[in-house]
Amino acid sequence: MTDQAKAPVESTIDKVNKTLARRYRAEKRFRLYGMLSIGFGLLALVVLFTDIISKGKGAFLQSYIQLEVTYDSDVLGVYDVNDEDQMALANFEGVVKQALRNRFPEVSSRKDKKELYQLASLGAAFELRKQLTADPQLLGKTETLWLLADDDIDTYYKTIGGEEFIGATSDKQRAWTKSLVDADEIELKFNINFFTRGDSREPELAGIWGAAKGSFFTLLITLVLSFPIGVAAAIYLEEFAPKNKWTDLIEVNINNLAAVPSIIFGLLGLAVFINFFHTPRSTPIVAGLVLTLMTLPTIIISSRAAIKAVPPSIRQAAMGMGASPMQVVLHHVLPLAMPGMLTGSIIGMAQALGESAPLLMIGLVAFVVDVPGAINDPATVLPVQIYLWADSPERAFVEKTSAAIMVLLAFLIAMNTLAVFLRKRLERRW
Amino acid sequence: MKKSIKLTIAGVAAAATLASAAAIAASRDYISIVGSSTVYPFATVVAERFGNATKFSTPKIESTGSGGGMKLFCAGLGAEHPDITNASRRMKASEFEMCKENGVTNIVEVLIGYDGIVLANSNKAKPMNLTRRDIYLALGKQVPNPDGSETLVANPYKTWKEVNPALPNIKIEVLGPPPTSGTRDAFAELALEGGAKSFPWIKAMKKVDKKKYKAIARSVREDGAYIEAGENDNLIVQKLNANPKALGIFGFSFLEQNSDKVQGSIIEGQEPTFDTIADKSYPVSRPLYFYVKKDHIGVIPGIKQYLAEFTSEKAWGEDGYLADKGMIPMGTSKRRDMASSVNGLQTLKSL
Repeated sequence: MTDQAKAPVESTIDKVNKTLARRYRAEKRFRLYGMLSIGFGLLALVVLFTDIISKGKGAFLQSYIQLEVTYDSDVLGVYDVNDEDQMALANFEGVVKQALRNRFPEVSSRKDKKELYQLASLGAAFELRKQLTADPQLLGKTETLWLLADDDIDTYYKTIGGEEFIGATSDKQRAWTKSLVDADEIELKFNINFFTRGDSREPELAGIWGAAKGSFFTLLITLVLSFPIGVAAAIYLEEFAPKNKWTDLIEVNINNLAAVPSIIFGLLGLAVFINFFHTPRSTPIVAGLVLTLMTLPTIIISSRAAIKAVPPSIRQAAMGMGASPMQVVLHHVLPLAMPGMLTGSIIGMAQALGESAPLLMIGLVAFVVDVPGAINDPATVLPVQIYLWADSPERAFVEKTSAAIMVLLAFLIAMNTLAVFLRKRLERRW
Repeated sequence: MKKSIKLTIAGVAAAATLASAAAIAASRDYISIVGSSTVYPFATVVAERFGNATKFSTPKIESTGSGGGMKLFCAGLGAEHPDITNASRRMKASEFEMCKENGVTNIVEVLIGYDGIVLANSNKAKPMNLTRRDIYLALGKQVPNPDGSETLVANPYKTWKEVNPALPNIKIEVLGPPPTSGTRDAFAELALEGGAKSFPWIKAMKKVDKKKYKAIARSVREDGAYIEAGENDNLIVQKLNANPKALGIFGFSFLEQNSDKVQGSIIEGQEPTFDTIADKSYPVSRPLYFYVKKDHIGVIPGIKQYLAEFTSEKAWGEDGYLADKGMIPMGTSKRRDMASSVNGLQTLKSL
C-alpha cells in the first residue's frame, strides 16, 4: 500500500522493465536445465565407456611365450605328415611340454613339472598342429616360436608392475613368468583368436567370431522376413485398406505389439516354432523367426509413417497421368517412402541385435564352440555371449566380457550411423 | 515392372525362409546338453576337449538350471530333445516318473564329483568362524525360541553376535542365489538343515511330520537379512568387495578364482579348500551329476565317446583338467566303479 502511494503512475514499459531481469533469469535457468540433462547423459555415457574400455582393452592383447620347439617324430608319434590317422592322434601337447622342460631344465619333481606345463595354453598345441599341417617339411626341425600362454599367466603378466593379480598361479609359476619377463621371452601380441574363434572355456582361446556370425545369420533371417512383410502390411493398411472398425482394431493391436516385453515373444517362439513346428533349438533360424515377430511392429509403424509423409499431390498427379493404384504405389509412393522405411528397419534391426531376453527361451544361451556355418547350426548371438562370459568364474573372462561389449557397441553404432546416413542421403523435402 | 519383380523376389525369399524353417528336419549330428549352471563350467570344458580331440562336432551345452534341464530332458525321445542333462543334485523321484511317462525309460546316471559351497566375505574383513548351527540360526525363517523353550519363532536375530556371542557384532547380511538355483537348494539342505538337526527336538520332528520338518529346516528368512543377488556368482563377489560386512554364498570354483578379493568362512573348524572338500571334512559340499538317454546312443553320434572322455582319469581324476577348473574329484575306487558302470551303460532302475 505504501509503495503504491509513493509511485502512483506506472507505465507498461516500467512494468516490463521491472520483471525483465527475472524473466531473463528464468530463461537462463530453463536453458541450464536442458544443458544439465544433456551433461548428465553425456557423463553417464563417458563413465560407461571409460569403464568398459579400461576393463576390456586388455582383451585385445594376449601373452605369448617364446619357446624353442622341436617337431620330434617320436614325441609326436608322427612319421609321415600325410598320414591322417597319425596326425589325428599326434601328441602336440607333448611337444609343448618338452619345449617348456628344455627352457626350465632345473624343474624335476612331478608336481613342479605339472605346474610348469600350465604355463602354456591348450591353444599352443593347436597352433603347432596348424604349422605342421601347413608345412610338412618342419617335421624333425627345431623352431623358435611364440606360443600362446595360459590365461592365469596372461592375467598375472598384464598386472605386473601394478596391483599384481595372483589368482590361481603358484609361487613357482610366478617366478618362472618373471624369469621369462627378464629374458624378454614373454610379450603381448594382438589377440587374433578373439576375432577368429568361437566360444571356449579357456579364456585365451575364447573368441567373438562364432557369436558375431550367429548374430549375422539371425539378423539376415530377421531382415529377409520382417522387411517385406512389414512393408507390404504398411502399404496395404495405408494405401488400400478401407477405414473401418477392423482396420482400427488391427492398428491398435500393432501399436500394442510394439510395446510387448520381448520375453513374451520368446515364450511364443518356444510354443509355436519349437514345440509345434519342431524347428531345432539354439539355431539362428528359430532366433530369426522370433526376432521377426518382435521387429515387425516397429517396421510396420515406421513404414506407415514414411508412407503418410508422401504428399497426396504426388499420388493425385500420378493418377491424373493414368497410373493404376498399384503403379502409383510402386513407381511413386514406395521410392519416396523408402528412406524412412529403411531407417525404421535399421533401427528395428539394431534393437534385434541387442536383444537377449527372448532368446533365453529358445536355447540360444548355449556353449557353442564351432563357428556356425549355416542357419541351422547351433549358435549364440553377441548379447548372449556377453552374458555367458560375465557368468564365468575365470578372471580373464572379465576383460573378454568388456571387449565383447565393445564389439557389440561398435556394431550398434555402425548400424545407427548407417540409418542416419541413409536418411540424410535419400531424404526429400517438399 | 522392375520394381514389381524386385518385390516378388523379396516375397518369395520370405516365403522360402519360412518354409525351410518348418522343413529343417529334426536331425542332429551334435550332442545336445542342458541343465545345471553349476555343472556348466565343467561340462563345457569336457565338451570342448572332446570336440578338439575327436572327429565329432563339439556338443552344444545350454545352461538352464537343474530343474529346467530335467524338464527338457524328460520331455521325450528323439532328436528334438536333449541327450544329456546336468544336475547339481540327484534326479528326484517325481522327475524320474515324468521321464517314464514320456518314454524316457533308459537313463544312465553319472556322478562326476563334488562342488563345495562357500560362505565368503571380503578380504578386507576378518574371516568368519561359523558352525552350521550358527548359519541356521542366522538365516532360517523360523528358529527355536531364544528363551530355550521348544517352540519356534520368526527369526529375531539381527546381528551375528546375537546368534553366537563368539561372533563379531555386525549385522547379518548374506548375499545368495534365488530359489531357482541348485546352489540355493544345496545350501539349504546341507547348511541350514545340518544346523537345524543339531536341535534334537527339531530332528525328532522329521519322523512325525516330514513336510513340516522340511519347511522348518530348509526355509530361508525373507525379512531382508538374506539378499537374493541373482544367479551370477561374479556379481556376488563384486558386491562383497564393496561391502566388507556382508557374506556371500557361491561355489568353490569362484572362491578359487577370486582369492585376491574374498575369503571363505571357516565352517565347523574347516576352511574350504580342495582337500577338505575332497575328504568330506568340509561339511557343505554337494554331488554333481549328469544323466544320459541310453536310447540316444547310436542315434546321435559321439555320446559314448563323450562319456568315455568325461569318465577318463585325465578329465575327472585327481590331477585331471576338471580339478584345475575347481571340481572336487571322487575317491579313486569310487571313480573306478562309476566309470565301469557308466561305460557298461547301466540304467537307473528306480530312485
